Amino acid sequence: MGRVRTIARRSFLVGSAAVLGGVAFGTYLYKREVENPLLDQLAPGEVAFNPYVMIDADGITLITPRADVGQGVYSVQAHLIAEELDVDVSQVRLDPGPPAAAYYNHVVAAEGMPIAAVSDSFFAQAGRGAADVAGKLLGLQLTGGSSTVPDMYDRLREAGAMARETLVQAAMAQTGMARDQLETADGAVNLPDGSQLSYVDLAAAAAALEPVQDTPLRRPSEWRQLGHAHQRSDIVPKSTGTQDYGIDMQMDGLVHATTRTNPARGGGMRGYDAAEAEKMRGVQAILPIREGIAVVADNTWRAFQAADAVNCDWGDSPYIGETEGQIAALNASFAKDQQDSQFRDDGDVEAALGDGEVVETAYQIPYLAHAPLEPMSVVVKLGAGRLDIWTGTQIPRFMQVNAAKLAGLEAEQVYVHVLMSGGSFGRRLEDDYVLQAVEIAQQMPDVPIKMTWSREEDFTHDFPRPMQVARARGKVAQGEVTAFDLGISATSVTESSLGRLGQPAMGPDVAIVAGAWDQPFAIPDYRVTGYRAPAMVPVSSWRSVGASGNGFLHESFMDELCHAAGADPLQERLRLCSHDVSRKVLETVGEMSGWGGDLGPRRGRGVAFVLAFGVPVAQVVEVTDTDDGIRIDRVFVAADVGRVLDPVNFEAQVTGGVIWGLGHAMNCELTYEAGVPQQNNYHAFEGMRLYQTPEITVSGLENGEKIRGIGEPGVPPAAPALANAIFDATGQRIREMPFDKHVRFV
Amino acid sequence: MKLNVNGKDHEVDVEDDMPLLWVLRDELGITGPKYGCGIGQCGACTVHIDGIAVRSCQLAAADVDGDVTTIEGLGTPQSMHAVQAAWVDHQVAQCGYCQSGQIMQAASFLDLNPDPSDDQIDAAMSGNLCRCGTYPRIRAAVKTAASKLQGA
Repeated sequence: MGRVRTIARRSFLVGSAAVLGGVAFGTYLYKREVENPLLDQLAPGEVAFNPYVMIDADGITLITPRADVGQGVYSVQAHLIAEELDVDVSQVRLDPGPPAAAYYNHVVAAEGMPIAAVSDSFFAQAGRGAADVAGKLLGLQLTGGSSTVPDMYDRLREAGAMARETLVQAAMAQTGMARDQLETADGAVNLPDGSQLSYVDLAAAAAALEPVQDTPLRRPSEWRQLGHAHQRSDIVPKSTGTQDYGIDMQMDGLVHATTRTNPARGGGMRGYDAAEAEKMRGVQAILPIREGIAVVADNTWRAFQAADAVNCDWGDSPYIGETEGQIAALNASFAKDQQDSQFRDDGDVEAALGDGEVVETAYQIPYLAHAPLEPMSVVVKLGAGRLDIWTGTQIPRFMQVNAAKLAGLEAEQVYVHVLMSGGSFGRRLEDDYVLQAVEIAQQMPDVPIKMTWSREEDFTHDFPRPMQVARARGKVAQGEVTAFDLGISATSVTESSLGRLGQPAMGPDVAIVAGAWDQPFAIPDYRVTGYRAPAMVPVSSWRSVGASGNGFLHESFMDELCHAAGADPLQERLRLCSHDVSRKVLETVGEMSGWGGDLGPRRGRGVAFVLAFGVPVAQVVEVTDTDDGIRIDRVFVAADVGRVLDPVNFEAQVTGGVIWGLGHAMNCELTYEAGVPQQNNYHAFEGMRLYQTPEITVSGLENGEKIRGIGEPGVPPAAPALANAIFDATGQRIREMPFDKHVRFV
Repeated sequence: MKLNVNGKDHEVDVEDDMPLLWVLRDELGITGPKYGCGIGQCGACTVHIDGIAVRSCQLAAADVDGDVTTIEGLGTPQSMHAVQAAWVDHQVAQCGYCQSGQIMQAASFLDLNPDPSDDQIDAAMSGNLCRCGTYPRIRAAVKTAASKLQGA
């Protein structure tokens, strides 16, 4: 009975299935009889099987369903399976698999709930269960929220172990030998005489066996693959120009398209004149789509040229169109009736700040584009009763459903082929560009259409990170920070994103305060309040989501209070820190950076700490105030993900996160005029260049109880650590991004 | 017009002002050079003309006055150029989309300056944008490639 309950609660079961000439190992997803049928994608009584390991005459294929947008998770997922299966990842095929309900993400929706990652209370446990249900409800086969590793850590290893032991059973039946006479390595069962039975040869026999369940997983001390550096599976293709991205797809009869829609989002198009554009060389069709036009041509450049030549009569954006107006709307939202959350309210902040000297300040963060270097692009082909989509995406299942709805098909008739993404940073959590291509395909069936956005279209039609304004008040006494009150006003990312996916967003939006309310500090009077500003331009998740901006707000103000108290910014954080794993991270970064030592004239250092996605990260940035401007010299990072699965990839993700955080803080913003973003290419949204890149030293700690992902947590502390270092070097406090409004960088 | 790409002659019928990038990608199906910005800001489209790195999105087809080499012509997975091998050794790529251009830039730079200083590396490589932030590994890989090429 206990086992049945476990199965019902987890709603999936590892198992096996025969496939043509072989066997597949993976998970069954059962329709449950007694629970809310809305929670399942399956029809009553239906069973779906989703493989992670497939072995047939062609060889071994590992299914790695989370998308690789550059963070290396194809390799990480493959090694999770291979560690137990005993195969060499370089000798097997990797495939992202199809969109399917059983690949849904159990973990990511937990980030949408107000549960501090350090909380172990009953509420937290119950809340995470609810997130699992929510993930199911949303059919979240989603890559994001640094969730791949925590979500897949057990599932993929279990699938690998079951496959290995079932194959060994087949070998035992074939040879008559006992289990302890057989060993496994490199895709084969080794016999005592040195001969081998390959998994491929055993596959058909294994398919007929009851799969071996509940094999104990190897302990980390026994790992042969995990915990060690590996050559990423995509590193040779990506170093030789042979990696195919969505934008590189080629097929017979392919035509090249681009779209142009109102750069003032939501304004629509009153009409258009394509007379000139239609005469241009190579142009095959100029078609109306929602909010704009599409050009189909025989070459992408010709499509770009023709799209520019179409005279479009754009409507007015329904949103607040000017940056000044957007700021005013955020400032007007610090009102009781717009309070969205107050998950942190320790002590009595009102009483504490009621008299005496109060430190009072305000901060501002701009809209920011994702701008992955591969612009939004997709190949689609719509035939009779079948739609094929080739693109890099973090949301294959949503895309399948939304494209089906648009094309008047069943979801099963839509085939999403997930390709490598040339970056994402959250942009590929949207399917707007794919739906545009489907609109073209509806007017041009049976033709494969490659739709590519120009960089300008990509910038002006991003769903940016929202602008934020914060107001902070605090108090210090006897050299200590005693009161901390932070109010944050922002539009809701969750409401905006889920709205586009046709899903309701219930309750407060944690993203408005994530990375601020949930920090492990025991300040006597400590409050973080979220205010929900009215929806303005549509926004979405950007690498590290709410924490990307809130880390700057919280850690800038923390630094200001430390200085007001006359306390050392690192020592005061350590004194206030209430979480052992986090304290160790702070101590480590202090040791790494030689905190407290003299840096010499015109130099300074700053520290920042942010716990996001369950990962405590502390960073120390060192700068020099040169005659030509601020130079960022060195960055030290300590982060704890519980267990580092691949040290090389871990370092790459942390380093990339630091550069992402620093670069955008230095010089990036989207400002608006008449609803149109004024920055439409990299000349106006540069980020960090190589010559500006500091020396970055990373330390991965393994004290955390749970394993966590590292794609995002490196981002949030970078900007505040830089601002705090500039203050240390120059005495100038920067409370607004981008920092180059106030200082020059060299 | 005639183009020699990776040692092979091609006859293409395109406008004089079509950027080389789009001749390569959409006329010849050579997709190693990437479209990133179209205005010479990101360097993802970098190829060689007679060994010199150029931004193919900024070079009109009619102005191509030498042999074109793309990342595919620099080396192959089976036989990598020293710069590509260094990129693999250092596991530089994350999303990888900019790396064709980074590698072509580095290969041309090291050909002209086989023993560069750190500042020269910084200056030569700073026109190539990487949104993933692989710059520290690019620096290391360029140094490794330089010492390998000098030893060769």
